[in-house]
Amino acid sequence: MFRIINQLSRHDKLLALICLALIGGQVWLDIELPDFMADVVEKLASTEENLTGDILISGMWMLLCAAGSVALSITVGYLSAKIAANFSYTVRASLFNKISDFGTTEMKHFSPASLITRTTNDITQIQMVISMGLQVMIKAPVTAVWAVVRILGKSTSLSIVVAVAVAILAITITTVMRLVIPKFKLIQRQVDDVNRVIDESLTGLKVVRAFNADEYQQDKFERVNVNLTATNLYTMRTMAFMGPIIGLVMSSIQLVIYYVGAVIINAFNIGGTAPNGNPIETAKDMVAARSEFFGDLVVFGSYAMMVVMSFMMLTMIFMILPRAQVSAKRIRGVLDEPISVTGGNNYVASTTTPEGAVEPAEDIVGTLEFKNVSFHFPGSEENFMKNLNFRVTKGQTLAIIGSTGSGKSTLLNLAARLYDATDGEVLLNGQNVKDYPFEVLYKKIGLIPQKATLFADTIRGNVTFGDRKAVISEEDIMQALDIAQATEFVMKKDGGLDFMVSQGGSNISGGQKQRLAIARAIAKKPEILLFDDSFSALDFKTDRLLRKEISEKLVDTTCIIVASRIGTIKNADCILVLADGEIVGQGKHRDLLQSCSVYREIAQSQLTEAELEA
Amino acid sequence: MPPMMNRIPEKPKDFKKAVKETLSYASKTPLPIIIVLMLSVGSTFLMIIGPNQLGKITNEITMGLGTSIDMDAVLKIAFFIGGLYIFSALCSLVQGLLMANMTQNIAKTLRSKINAKIARLPLKYFATHAYGDVLSRATNDVDLVSQSLANSLTSIVSAFAQFAGCLVMMIITNWVLAGTTVFSTLIGLLFMILVVKHSQRYFKMRQVSLGQLNGYIEEMYNGHDVIRISNAEQSVKERFVKLNDAVRTANFKSQFLSGLMPPVMNFVGNLGYVAVWVVGALLLYNGHISFGVITSFIIYVRLFEGPLRQISQNITNLQSAAAASERVFAFLDEEELEDESAKTDSLPGLGAVEFDHVKFAYPDKPEKEVIHDFSASVKAGQKIAIVGPTGAGKTTIVNLLMRFHEVTGGQIRIDGVPITEVSREEIHRQFGMVLQDTWMFEGTLRENLVYNMEGVTDEDLVKVCKACGLYHFAETLPQKFDTVLTANSDISVGQKQLLTIARAMIQNNPMLILDEATSSIDTRTEMLVQRAMDNLMANRTSFVIAHRLSTIRNADLILVMQKGDIVEQGTHDSLMALGGAYADLYNSQFETA
Repeated sequence: MFRIINQLSRHDKLLALICLALIGGQVWLDIELPDFMADVVEKLASTEENLTGDILISGMWMLLCAAGSVALSITVGYLSAKIAANFSYTVRASLFNKISDFGTTEMKHFSPASLITRTTNDITQIQMVISMGLQVMIKAPVTAVWAVVRILGKSTSLSIVVAVAVAILAITITTVMRLVIPKFKLIQRQVDDVNRVIDESLTGLKVVRAFNADEYQQDKFERVNVNLTATNLYTMRTMAFMGPIIGLVMSSIQLVIYYVGAVIINAFNIGGTAPNGNPIETAKDMVAARSEFFGDLVVFGSYAMMVVMSFMMLTMIFMILPRAQVSAKRIRGVLDEPISVTGGNNYVASTTTPEGAVEPAEDIVGTLEFKNVSFHFPGSEENFMKNLNFRVTKGQTLAIIGSTGSGKSTLLNLAARLYDATDGEVLLNGQNVKDYPFEVLYKKIGLIPQKATLFADTIRGNVTFGDRKAVISEEDIMQALDIAQATEFVMKKDGGLDFMVSQGGSNISGGQKQRLAIARAIAKKPEILLFDDSFSALDFKTDRLLRKEISEKLVDTTCIIVASRIGTIKNADCILVLADGEIVGQGKHRDLLQSCSVYREIAQSQLTEAELEA
Repeated sequence: MPPMMNRIPEKPKDFKKAVKETLSYASKTPLPIIIVLMLSVGSTFLMIIGPNQLGKITNEITMGLGTSIDMDAVLKIAFFIGGLYIFSALCSLVQGLLMANMTQNIAKTLRSKINAKIARLPLKYFATHAYGDVLSRATNDVDLVSQSLANSLTSIVSAFAQFAGCLVMMIITNWVLAGTTVFSTLIGLLFMILVVKHSQRYFKMRQVSLGQLNGYIEEMYNGHDVIRISNAEQSVKERFVKLNDAVRTANFKSQFLSGLMPPVMNFVGNLGYVAVWVVGALLLYNGHISFGVITSFIIYVRLFEGPLRQISQNITNLQSAAAASERVFAFLDEEELEDESAKTDSLPGLGAVEFDHVKFAYPDKPEKEVIHDFSASVKAGQKIAIVGPTGAGKTTIVNLLMRFHEVTGGQIRIDGVPITEVSREEIHRQFGMVLQDTWMFEGTLRENLVYNMEGVTDEDLVKVCKACGLYHFAETLPQKFDTVLTANSDISVGQKQLLTIARAMIQNNPMLILDEATSSIDTRTEMLVQRAMDNLMANRTSFVIAHRLSTIRNADLILVMQKGDIVEQGTHDSLMALGGAYADLYNSQFETA
C-alpha cells in the first residue's frame, strides 16, 4: 500500500503534509468549542452577576471555532480531493503505460479482464481510501487521543465510563465482523454460482429448450438460490445486532455520565477537596467546587461523544482498508511484472532512403527464415514448437496446415514477435527479428489474427489504425478494401468509410469484421502478410475472390497463410504440415499427398477420391 | 459516507407502483410490513423521550448544588431512561431481524422468478436483448431492490418519526429554543441543498468521463496484440492521456464537492449547538428555563439534524432502487410463450417433415421477410443437408421447425400434423439437437452427458461414449465420469463437440438437427466427430447445416438456400450436373487461387 502511495509526486506529498497540519488545527478548534461553555456554566450555577455579556462572548467564540473548523476542513477536503485525483491519474497512467509494454505472454498471464479491473476498480478503491483517509483516518485518532487527554484531566471515574463504552463498542463491532467477514467470501462464491447458472440458462437457451430441460435448470437454480439466501440471511441477522447496540451505548453514555457526575458532585462536601485540589472549607467553597465540576460535566458529554464517534470512524476505516490493500497488491503485481518481449535496436540498415528511413537491400526484402527455432511457453519445461526450419522469399506464398493445437498460430506469433523463440533464430530480411525496433518490424510485417479485433471508431479509422506518422492515402484505403472484398458492404453502410463501428464491432457481422481486419493489415503495405486462419469466417466464394485478388494485386508481398481448408492452400508455393509443434511435411500439394501421411489424412477428410486425383 | 453521493440517482417512472409491487414480494399481507414500520417508529420515539428526561437529572443536580442532590430521584429517572433505551434497542433489533427476513425473501423470490422467466420467454426476446442485460437484472438490480428499497424505506420512515418526534418534544420542552433549533437547522439545510444542486452535474461529468475511459481501457487491453502489430502504441497512449486527464478533472471536482458534505453538516450541527447554547443560556440567566432544558436541547439539536441528512440520502437510494425494481418487473412482465396445455402431446414419431410454403419475418421487423416461400418434403429416415451463404436463412428454418420462432405464413407438418397444433415439448421430444456452440455447464462429465434424461445406466453411457469416440477421454479423466468439468478444464473444442453429440445420442429422439456442428473444429478432429455423427444419424431423419461441403456430399437431399429461398434441391450428383448455385459454391473450394 505505502509503495503505491509513494507514486505521489513531491508536490502532492507536500500538500498531504499541509493537510495534516490543517487537520490538527481543525481538531483543536473542535475540542475548544465546548470548553467555552464550561466557564459560563460554572458562573451561571454559582453567581448572580450580569452574565449576558459573558454568554454572548462565549457564543461568539464558539461560532468562530465552528467557522474556523469548517473552513479548515473544507480546505482539507479541497486538498485531499486534489491529491486523490492526482494519485489515481498517476497510477492509472503508469499502469496503462506498463501494460502497453506487455507482451502477449504477460497479457495471457494476467488476462485482459483482470488488467481492466486493476486499471479501473482497484485504483478507485485506493483513491477512496486516500481521500477519506486524509479526512477520517488521521482526524479520528487525533480527535480521540486529544479528547481522551482532556477527559482524563477532568475526572478519572468519568474517563472509565467512556473507556467502558468504547470497549463495549469495540467488542460488539469486532465480534460481529468476526462472524460476518468470513461469510462475505462465501457469499461472493454463492453469487458467482447464481450468476453461473443463469448464464448457463442464457447461453444454452436453445439447448435447454430442445432438451425440454426447463425444470432441470430451475431445480439447479433453486439449490444455489437457497444457499445464497441462507448465507445472506445469516449475515444480515448478525449485522442487525450492531445498530441497536451502538445506538444503546451512544445514548446511554450521556445518561451514565450525568448519573456518575451527580454522585461525584454529591461527594464535594465541606472538609473535602475541590477538583482543583483546594480544600473545601466553607459552603461557598462547596458551591464553587460543585459548579466548576458541573460546568465540566456538560463539556464532558460532548467530549465523550467525540471519542465514541472517532472510534466508530476508525472501525469503518478498518473495514475498507483490507480491500484497498488487496487492490494495492494487485496493482503492484502489474507494475512489478518483468517485460518478456522488448523492441530491439541493433537493426542495421543496408541502404538509406533519401528521407533518412532505413531500407534493406533490395534482394532480401520480404524474406522470412526460421533457423532451428524451438519454443516453449513460460513456466513449461517441454518444447511446444520443435526445431522449425524453413525459408520463404519475396512474393512467395507459404501455407501452414495441421490440426488444432499443432502450433500453427504459435508459428505466426513467433514471426510477429508476439512470442520470442526460446532457441534458434527467426530472421527477417536476414536479420534477427529481435534486433528490429517495433516500429520497423511492424511496418514490414502485417499479421491478421484469427479473431478479428475492431475498435470503436469509423471504418476509416479502423483501416488506418496505427502509426500516425505513416499517413495512409484515401487511395490506399480503397485499394485495401477492394482486395479484402470489403468495398461493397462498406459502401452500403450509412456514411460509407465514416460509418461508426461500435465497441467490439458488434454492429457488423463476423465475416465483415474479418475483412476489415484484413484491409487494415494490407493498407499499411507490409512486406510480409501473416494470415492466421483469417478466412475461416468467410464463405467459400469470398474466400476464393480474396485470395485471387491478393495473388494478383500484391505480387511482391510474401504471404504466410494458416488455414484449415485444403482448398485454400492447395496452390501455395510451399506447404508446411505441422503436427505437435513439428514440421512433418514440407513441399507442394502433389508431393505431400504422396510423402506425408498427416497431409493425406487431412486431404481425405475434405476431398473425394476423384478430387484427390484431379 | 461520500461514496453514496457519487451515484446519480436514476428516476423511476412510477415510484409508488414500484415500491408497492416490490413489497408485495415480501409477504402476502401488509401486516409484517406494518409491524416492521411500527417497531421502527416505536424505537425512535422511545429514544427521543430520553433527552427530555436527561434534562430532569440535570435539574436535580443544579438544585442540589447548594445542599445535597436527591440521589433517589436521580436514580429513579436514570432507571426510567435506561429502560426506555433498552426497550428502544430491542424494538430496533426485532425490526432489523424481521427486515432481514423480508429483504432476503424478496431477493430470493425475484431471482427465482427471473430464472423461471427465461424459460418462458419466446426466443425472439433474446434477439433484441443482450444476455448481460438479463444477467444484470437478476443480480445487480435484485440486490439493489432487496437491499436498498426495504432498508431505505424504513430508514426514511424512522427518520421522519425522529424528525417529527424531536420537533414535538422540543416544542413541549421549550418553544423558544425549539424555534432556535429549527431556524439554525434550516440555514444549514439551505447550504446543503446548494451544494447538492451544484454538485450533481459534476457527478454526471465524472460518471461520463470515467465510463469513456473505462471503455477505452477495455478496448485497448482486449486488442493489445493488434495495437502492437499496428505500431499504434503512441497514438493509443496519447488518447489515453486525454481521457485520463478528463477523469482527473471530473474526479477532483466531484470528490471535492462530495467531500464538502460532512464538514458542512458538521457546521450545521455546531451552529445549532451554539445557537441553543446562547439562547438557552440567556433564557436560563433570565430565569425563564431550568438548566436541564439546555442539556436536553444540546442532544435534541443533534437528533434533529440527523434525520434530514438521512432522508436526503435515502431518497436517492430509494429512487435508484425503485428504478432497478422497475427493470426487474419489466422483465417479469414480458410477454410469455402461449399456454399449450390444450395442444396434442402425442406424435407418432415416424420422422416425416413437410415444409409447405413457409414464410417468416421477425416480429420486430414484419416488413422484412427472411424466409419467402420455403417448400420441401422430407421422408422418414432421410438425411437433409441445408447449404447456402451466411444469412441465407438456414438456421432460421431449423428455428421454425423447433418452434423457437413461429412461421408467419404457410405450415410445417411433422408426420402430417401441423406443428402449431402440437405442444412445444412434444416437438422437442422428436429432435436431438447439436449446435455449433458447444454448450457445457459446470458439473461432472456424467451430468453433462445425461443432462435431464432419467434412467440412464452406466452401460448406456459407455456405449454412447464409445460410439462417439469419447470413451478414451472419459477414461483418462481422474474420476472418470464423475470428474467435474469447469470452464478452466482442459477440454478441446473437438472433445466438447463430441460431448454434445453424445448428449444428443443419449436422448435418442427420432429426428436430429445438426446446426453447424463441426465448423469450429479442424478437419482431422472432424473425421472423428463425423464418424460419431454418422452413427447418430443412422436411421434417423436428420437435418444438417454445414459450411464444409464435404460433410454434406452424401445427403439424400440437399437444399440450396439463397436469401430466404430454396434455389435448388436434389442430390450432390444431380446438383453438380445442374451446374448452378451449388456447383458454383462447391467448385469455389478447389478453384485455383
